[in-house]
Parts: sequence; structure tokens; C-alpha cells
Amino acid sequence: MAKEDQKEKKFSRRDFLKTTGVATGGIIGGSLLGGSVGMNLNSVMPAQEEETSQTEETGGEETGGNENPGRMFFHNDADFETISQAMERIFPEDDLGPGAIKLGVPYFLDMQLAGAYGNNTKEYMQAPFYEGETTQGYQSRLTRAELFTLGIKALNTESQNDFDNDFSSIEDGQKDEILTKFQDGDADLGIPRAAGKPEDFFRLLRSATLQGAYADPLYRGNRGMEGWKMKNFPGHQHAYIQQIDTDSFQEIEPQSLYGGK
Amino acid sequence: MVTELDKVDVVTVGVGWTGGIIAAEAAKAGLNVMGLERGHERGTEDYQNVHDEYKYAIRYELMQNMSKETITFRNTRDQRALPMREMGSFLLGDNLGGAGTHWNGQTWRFLPYDFEIRSMTEEKYGEEKLKDDEGYRIQNWGITYDELEPYFDKFEKTAGISGEPNPLGGDRSDDYPTPPMIKTRSLKMFEEAANSMGYSPIMMPSANLSEAYENPDGQSIQACQYCAFCERFGCEYGAKSSPEVTVIPAARETGNFEVRPHSNVVEVMKDEDDDSKVTGVRFIDTQTGEEFFQPADVVVLTSYLFNNYKLLRVSEIGEQYDPETEEGTLGRNYCYQIFGGAVGFFDEQFNTFMGAGALGMAFDDFNGDNYDHSDLDFLHGGNMAITQTGARPIATNTTREGTPSWGAEFKKESIENYTRTLRVQAQCATLPHKNNYLDLDEEYTDAYDIPLVQLTYNFTDQDRSVQKYTIDRAAEVMEEMGANEIKKDTVVEDYDIVPYQSTHNTGGTVMGDDPEKSVVNNYLQHWDRDNLFVVGAGNFAHNGGYNPTATVGALAYRCAEGVIEYAEDNRRLE
Ligand SMILES: Cc1cc2nc3c(=O)[nH]c(=O)nc-3n(C[C@H](O)[C@H](O)[C@H](O)COP(=O)(O)OP(=O)(O)OC[C@H]3O[C@@H](n4cnc5c(N)ncnc54)[C@H](O)[C@@H]3O)c2cc1C
Ligand code: SF4
Repeated sequence: MAKEDQKEKKFSRRDFLKTTGVATGGIIGGSLLGGSVGMNLNSVMPAQEEETSQTEETGGEETGGNENPGRMFFHNDADFETISQAMERIFPEDDLGPGAIKLGVPYFLDMQLAGAYGNNTKEYMQAPFYEGETTQGYQSRLTRAELFTLGIKALNTESQNDFDNDFSSIEDGQKDEILTKFQDGDADLGIPRAAGKPEDFFRLLRSATLQGAYADPLYRGNRGMEGWKMKNFPGHQHAYIQQIDTDSFQEIEPQSLYGGK
Repeated sequence: MVTELDKVDVVTVGVGWTGGIIAAEAAKAGLNVMGLERGHERGTEDYQNVHDEYKYAIRYELMQNMSKETITFRNTRDQRALPMREMGSFLLGDNLGGAGTHWNGQTWRFLPYDFEIRSMTEEKYGEEKLKDDEGYRIQNWGITYDELEPYFDKFEKTAGISGEPNPLGGDRSDDYPTPPMIKTRSLKMFEEAANSMGYSPIMMPSANLSEAYENPDGQSIQACQYCAFCERFGCEYGAKSSPEVTVIPAARETGNFEVRPHSNVVEVMKDEDDDSKVTGVRFIDTQTGEEFFQPADVVVLTSYLFNNYKLLRVSEIGEQYDPETEEGTLGRNYCYQIFGGAVGFFDEQFNTFMGAGALGMAFDDFNGDNYDHSDLDFLHGGNMAITQTGARPIATNTTREGTPSWGAEFKKESIENYTRTLRVQAQCATLPHKNNYLDLDEEYTDAYDIPLVQLTYNFTDQDRSVQKYTIDRAAEVMEEMGANEIKKDTVVEDYDIVPYQSTHNTGGTVMGDDPEKSVVNNYLQHWDRDNLFVVGAGNFAHNGGYNPTATVGALAYRCAEGVIEYAEDNRRLE
């Protein structure tokens, strides 16, 4: 983990401007092209475009993706490290393959929190807010971005209380203990439960980790499509009509939507 | 303030399957039709880069924006209803095509038993079996399967449905217009197991077409490519029958139909001089904020059951149902769907990532009254199926019982099982109960300051019993299929609005032959207002053991006939 830490520091300032440019350019380019391809099913235009722009500007990452695409939401390095470590515990590196950090999942989250997801723009956020039954779902006035911010702070407070250290510096087993407290609703978010619940933060942390591990690399996680490769998911394929009736298992090289890695 | 537009013959509120069917039929009959749709235009050209699980399946790109409008929910009347702040249990449609854009296309006709459930149950088992005293409110639909059959046939031909005859379904006047889809390895395993257990499996009737097809309106639907991004996605090939590739272009080609997008209807206008008529609808242009009045000879509500209910209620048309006195009919008989299933774990890897929305096999031996209920403490049942709809990695993380939901063990299990598990499940009927209904919320409003619909709903003992029974039957099939290990579903306690279950909401504006127990007659014509029609799954007096849309489509064709007849002679339909 110490190594990750250094790499993070080494990259953060030097590449910040440059990499932010890449990330934004790539995404805007992707969706613009997506909109203009129209009915041309055979067009590989967007894939080619995306690939060129990536290699040009990043110098071609061997592992695929961009190890430090820059950050849009997390401006505090320690906060980013905390959430990265928490995500790694949800989806750890093992003999099957990379974990959340190598897959770029924290960068996925960073971009999501800066946009519609983090700001709950498609959710009903009108007052009044009341604590409800669990069957009534999320009822807090906090946006996802606000809940993550509180959750990260609380991860550190809880681990300071229990283990006299910040979350990112404690042992893996200790991290799991802290995360379990959130999952079970036993952690203290620093606000009344009626206003925001630790288990809601945990639920988002878990779901965002899986989303980042398996979303199209377009969203900055699932680097090198390694998440898909572990799972044998071929990503975006135009059609399976040629293979659908075969009885044997088919291993298919994954492909991303716009050709990005 | 309110600008009055030129009068049209027919206005539909919303342009999904129901709105599109009404529009196509009325426009072909020479009526001048306006489709007011709150969302934007869209079609096949917008789905060319759609294989993005995160955007479409997880973040619901094609569906209703909840920041503008949602519903409130509680399980029981003693709870405070709270807004469904994020989408979950069901996924509401929005924009041209509605939910028909991103449906799977599993296209089942309800059973003859469904339409006459009360009389058939009473005749066979006696009245006690209906459990009126326990609050169940099972009623006939005011139409029989045989009366509806021609309309089922019409919908299937419009949509080009691919399928084969069902020995346990209602009689058919004709075969499906296209042959069934391709059978995969897991489907064949299910078929073999079901056959050896004495059941009658068939290929699922599918709106993902097995071959290219031209429908009676001259619209072409392409052959399904088994792309596996079907449910929650639009089809980039134009191979999934949806309103945008069938009824909407058919309506447009007549020259008698116009869609006005970005038009959110907020009120049905009553005729001040004639209490048996409405005069049109009031709507807001969502881009400019302007208000308009669209006069029409006939108003058809085709905005899905929640807004069909809401528009009637806010316009004060009909009487709200009161669960205490059971007076009023508007809002009664809300039902949903409950699933009883089992997952099997195998050593073999399956091509679970391939598939199509309606690729599956199923049998109806435990659906409707196809099996004896004498010794059972519930009625009805469900269609038992295996599907291969295309498992995607964010949403598919199956683990064995007792596995933690995160961490190393979870990662290993969920990855290993992604291609090594199969699921069999029954899609079960839920029956109406007097405590389950729609109302209007008193606290929360939508973006136009109109109260949200309030849903009071919980599963009943009947629902839990049917679920428990079918879980066991599903597990037996799984065992016969040779699973190493089987994980049975747990029986649900309370209905939970959070996890996705199905967009098979029914009731609230039910049809019938008795105005004391229904909102519309069997032409879907409102009991109080002759030139107002209300169509959709809201007309269902209970929910059957299938997906709803074939039955919704049949009702829409029936309704269209009523609209056209009414436009000719302006009379109540009998
Ligand atoms: C993910 C998913 C999978 C499904 N799979 C299946 C399946 O396999 N088989 C099956 O039978 N069914 C399935 N369904 C259900 C099926 O999609 C619906 O039954 C069907 O599309 C309903 O058609 P409708 O016209 O009644 O309503 P909708 O399709 O919801 O159309 C209503 C339209 O009205 C518009 N509208 C709403 N309010 C207003 C207003 N106030 N003013 C103006 N416009 C308004 C909406 O924007 C929408 O376009 C599925 C649904 C979903 C979401
Ligand atoms: S599975 Fe078939 S019908 Fe469904 S979206 Fe893909 S090609 Fe279209």
C-alpha cells in the first residue's frame, strides 16, 4: 500500500493539468462522436478516434487506461487515499487479478461524484425529509457526494478511535472491522441517524466499487478491461447470433464501446 | 395565460405502446390525432452506442427523471408515505416509445382464468376460496379471453411476436407470426428437465424477432442479433418490437398523426355544460414553461397507470377509493408481481453473457388454475421460466449462501459464479386486497406543483404462499437440471420499493362491468365521461402470472375500436 501511496503523490501535481485535459477531452469526444455515428453499424470511427487521442496524449499506457487521469471531485490527497483503500477492501487484488485501485475504480468514483450521480440530479430531493422504514428506501437530504464526504471523514474518525491511526494506515483486518461497523449501521457519521446513515454510505461504497470495476473503461475504471477479463465478460460485442446456439463455453476477447482501454 | 390550440379528433396523453396503438388505429381510420408526450423524440438512430451497462442499466438513462416526478410509498396506512427518491422496484418509462423502448419483449397472453377469476374460482372451489372475509377483492374483468382473443392476435401481428403454441394457454385463432427464437444450451437443459417431470415447456413468446418481418401496417422489424443488451436498452438493430418501429411510424405515415414532445399533461378538462363529457387536456411545454389547452373530441389516457390515475384524480373525475368504507373505485385493486425462484450452481460454464430480452423457455403447469388448488391455501400461480437475457457484470454477482457481500471471498465467488449459475423462477400473480390502493399525496408535489401519487402496498398472505410454493417447484426443476447446489429464494416479508423486481404495476383504474367496482367499461371508456378512455395495465383487476404487455396491447386495440366507434356516433359503448 505504501507503494501506491508514493505513486499517487508522484503523479498528482506534475500531471494534474495535462491529465485532466485528457480525461475531459476523451469523454466529450466519445459522446459527441457517439451522437453523430447514426445508423452506420459498421463504423469503427469512434473506436479509432478514441484510441488515437489516448495514445497521443498519454504516451500509450502498457496496462491500458490512464493511471492518473486526474481528479474532478477529490482535491484532498488524503481523502482520495482513504476512499481508495476502502474500495480496495471491497474488491481486493488477489490471484484472480487486480483490485479496485489497479482497476482505477477510485478515479471512476471521482468522476461520478463530480457529476449527475454525486449531485443526485435525477433523484427526487424535495423536502420535507423524514426517517422512513427500510422498505421506503433512501430518505436523506444528503447528496451522494455529501454522503461520501461525511463517510470518508467518519472512516478516519472511527479508525482513530479504535486503532489510533487513519484508515489508510491500519492493517487490512482492522480496515474490514471498521467497514463492517459502517455496514451494520454501528459507525458514527457525525450527524444524527435521521439525517444520514452509515449503512447508506457503505451501500454506496460497495455498489460504486462494483460499478467502477465493471463499467466500460470509458468511465475510468475497469482499466485494461481487466475487470471484464476476470469475469469472462466480453464487453460490447455487436452480436452473438453466430455463437448463440453453441453448447460449449466461448471465450471472447472483450471489447469496449468506443475502443478505449 | 393558457393558449388554446386547434381542436383535434383524438388526443393521447403519452406515446408508448398504448398511445401508439390508439394513434395508429385512429389515424388509419381517418381521425386526426395528437400525441402529447412529456419526453423527447427518439428512435433506433439514438441506440447505436447503447452497450453501456453503467449508463443505461444502472443509471437508467432512458427512464423517468425522478427529480421531476415520482410517487410516494408506504406499506400500510399507519405509516407516513415517503417519496421514492431513487428509482428501484420498477422503472418508469419516459420519452417517445415509453417503457416499450427498453422492455425485454416477453409477450404472454393472460389466461382465460384471469379474466373470469372470480366466477371460475367460485364455481370450482366455492365462494370461501375467494377469501372475501380476509379482505381479498378478487373480481372478474368484465371481458372474457374469447372476447379479447382477436385483439391479442392483432397485437402479436403488429409486433411480429416469435413463438410456438402453448398447450396450457388459451385457444388461438392463428399461429404466432414468426417462429420461436434459437434454443441455447441452458434452455435445452430446462426443457429436458421439465419434460421429464411431466410439464409442458415451450419457447417464450418474444418481441425480439427470430426473423425479419413486415407487419400488417407495412412496418419492418429486423431479426434479433442476440446482442444481450436488451432489457433497459433500446435496440440498435430495430429488431425489438417497440412503438418507435411499429405503431408510431404507422400512425405518422397516415399524415393524420402528430407527436408533440416536451408536453406534460397536467389536467383533463371537464365539460362545464355536460357532465358526461370532457373537452380536452391542459399541458405545460416543458421547454418554454408555456401552458396550452388542447381541445379534443376524444381524450385517451395512455400515460401508464400512475399518471392515468393521477390525471383522473387531480381533474376530479370519478370517486376516490376509500379503504375504510370501500366506497369509490378510483385507485382500487393495485397489484404487483412476486417471484418464486431458485439458483443452481454448476461446474460447467455457460454463455450467460449472450442472450436476448425474451430468450427463454417456460411452462404454465403452475399458472392460473392449471393445477388443482383444492388443498392449497392460495389461488393462482405463475409462469415458470428460465431466461437467457444477457447477464451483465455490474448487476450479476451471484454468491452461495453465507458468502459475505464484499471482500476477497465475495470477489472470488461472484466471478466464478458469473458463468456457472442458472436461475429458474415463477413470475407469480398477486391478487387485490382492500388495503392496497392508490391515492394522492398530501405533502409532496411534482415539478409542476401537482401532488404525487401515493401508493399504499404490501404483499399479502396469498402472495407469500404462492411464492413459497413456486420456490419449491423451481428448486425441483433446478435439481432435475443437475445443479450441484441450489439456493432457494427466501419468502419476502414486506414489499420493498428499493430492489428492482419488475415494472409490472397493475390496477388503480380497473375495468369491469360494474361501475361500483371499476373505473372504465370493457372498451376502457370511463363510466362517467363518455369521450374519455383510460388504457393500460391500470385496467387489470388483478395481476396475472405473466408479464403484462400482450394483455395491455390487446386492451389498447380494444380501446381503439371503442374510440373509433365513439367518434362516429358519440354514444356509450356496450
Ligand atoms: C425494464 C423493463 C422491462 C420490461 N419487460 C417486459 C417484458 O418482457 N414483457 C412485458 O410484457 N412487459 C415488460 N415491461 C413492461 C412494458 O414495458 C410496459 O407494460 C409497457 O411498455 C407499457 O406501455 P404504456 O403505453 O402503458 O406505458 P409507457 O410505456 O410507460 O408509456 C407512457 C408514456 O406516457 C408518457 N407520460 C407519462 N405521463 C405523462 C404526462 N403527464 N404528460 C404527457 N406524457 C406523459 C411517458 O413519458 C411515456 O412515454 C417491461 C418494463 C420495463 C421498464
Ligand atoms: S437482444 Fe435482439 S432485440 Fe434485444 S436489443 Fe439486442 S438485437 Fe435488439
